[in-house]
Amino acid sequence: MSLRRAEVSFRSYAFLWDMDMKRVTLFCGHYGSGKTNIAVNYALDLRSRGLEVTLADLDIVNPYFRSKDSTAELEKAKVKVIALPFANSSVDLPALPSEAYSLVQDRSRYAVLDIGGDDRGAYALGRFVPYILEENDYEMIYVVNFYRPLTETVDQALEVMGEIESACGLKFTSVINNSNLGAETTLDTVRKTADKVSELCRRSSLPLFATTAEKSIAEGDMMPLKLQKRPFEA
Amino acid sequence: MSEKVLMKGNEAIAEAALRSGCRHYFGYPITPQTELTAYMAKRLPKMEGGVFLQAESEISAINMVYGVAGTGKRVMTSSSSPGISLKQEGISYIAGSDLPAVIVNVQRGGPGLGGIQPSQSDYFQATKGGGHGDYHLIVLAPSSVQEMADLTSLAFDLADKYRCPAMLLADGTMGQMMEPVVLPEPKTGTVEKPWAVTGTQMKREHNIINSLYLSPEVLEKTNFERYKRYETIQEKEVRYESYLMDDADYCIVAFGIAARVAKNAITALRNQGLKVGLIRPITLWPFPSKAIREAADKVKGFVSVELSMGQMIEDVRLAEECRRPVLLCNRAGGMIPNVDMVISSINALKNQVEGGR
Repeated sequence: MSLRRAEVSFRSYAFLWDMDMKRVTLFCGHYGSGKTNIAVNYALDLRSRGLEVTLADLDIVNPYFRSKDSTAELEKAKVKVIALPFANSSVDLPALPSEAYSLVQDRSRYAVLDIGGDDRGAYALGRFVPYILEENDYEMIYVVNFYRPLTETVDQALEVMGEIESACGLKFTSVINNSNLGAETTLDTVRKTADKVSELCRRSSLPLFATTAEKSIAEGDMMPLKLQKRPFEA
Repeated sequence: MSEKVLMKGNEAIAEAALRSGCRHYFGYPITPQTELTAYMAKRLPKMEGGVFLQAESEISAINMVYGVAGTGKRVMTSSSSPGISLKQEGISYIAGSDLPAVIVNVQRGGPGLGGIQPSQSDYFQATKGGGHGDYHLIVLAPSSVQEMADLTSLAFDLADKYRCPAMLLADGTMGQMMEPVVLPEPKTGTVEKPWAVTGTQMKREHNIINSLYLSPEVLEKTNFERYKRYETIQEKEVRYESYLMDDADYCIVAFGIAARVAKNAITALRNQGLKVGLIRPITLWPFPSKAIREAADKVKGFVSVELSMGQMIEDVRLAEECRRPVLLCNRAGGMIPNVDMVISSINALKNQVEGGR
């Protein structure tokens, strides 16, 4: 079965995807930069355009706050979810699921990969890289939040970017600016980081895929995000 | 004032420690505090004089802390419940040698290996000793990521000031949750440490760091002297938050994440017309006994909200001297009491108080 190509333009996003969507989209970045939220939103977005989508939670770093937390919502929307066998079991055992090979071998579905933070998280990608490179139909997006203390400056963000590329053996193809201060985020919070992300894109020679904002405040070209609810939030 | 950043509680502790002049960290990773160790591993080797060492065990890490503390340098270790149990011998030695050090416990469910979800069931261990012998730790209980940072700085200052180990007693939710935080300005300790073993340069007598006293008369004397200092700490360093207590008929006592749940419950209860307030201990030792004793003259009863089988409730009862009923509202093993549970407990207390009249 061949892949049903997406003929969509993400008019809500800064970067217009009038071209074909890549089959495999990988979200990588610094620990706590917001990869999981974006991956879940992106998978649901693809699905809402009638595409067959698999979301893989390949985070081997953090046993909490995972894509798998959104399984019910994703499965209701008929997004297939592949998760680590011990995800959300409180067993802190970073084993990769055998099913994960279907992401790279079954080319009839779109694949969204939520990768663990930093270089340590990116190591998990290594075994899939030869397949991804061979198929050569991927978008690897660097997620950055300039309000995170170890990626506050462009230099720091570039350093983490380089570490991730070295760890997994894939090069980034674009950047998502996910700068936020959690519940205290305003449009101004996001706007203040525009210069930094421009400089990051210029110095890394990567295009800006999108700038995100929580959907109630997102405007214009921004990628609107629905945030995952955390279990302890009242 | 510095800009706000978005941090996990564990990261906020680590960064605040660095800004407090801590350049020595020894630890061993354990969920749910591993981000703290990872942050130190990333930052300390790049700092002047910075030493990060992942020890082969918690026991070895706490003894490295003991060693560095003897030189007068600011030093930290961190772990979660089972790892803190392993450190107890070293903590007792540090206390017995009158050394400042900061120990972080991001608690998880127990006993034994327990689980990786949040808990407050190391309250007894933290406030009543944990290790052997007559000693206390100053125990600080943060309730937000901002306090994770602020109380870390305070822990270093108090440890230096009173020459005793201080513990930050957090829990898995505090460690894992992300919130905006304003980090403290960089500073270093200003307390003179003439007792530190830093080399005599042939100009003074040797300083000796030791917890061994073979003469019982001398050992007794050191204990009495140390307890004099503890009395000062109890007089001067009690910290707590009093929330809507002015007109309260009922008082909730809760710390850390439980206090946040309690505040939400208080909003709901006040909407129902019940006047409920909160005393939130920020120092668990010294415990805010006086505030609770004074509240006992005004309120009809207390509810202690805890993520344990009921540990702090004993200190609440000791403090209020059996004047009022004290009920327990609790979950254990990694579960968190919710707002509805707290509301039910206050209603049960109300029924008990009014039914008894």
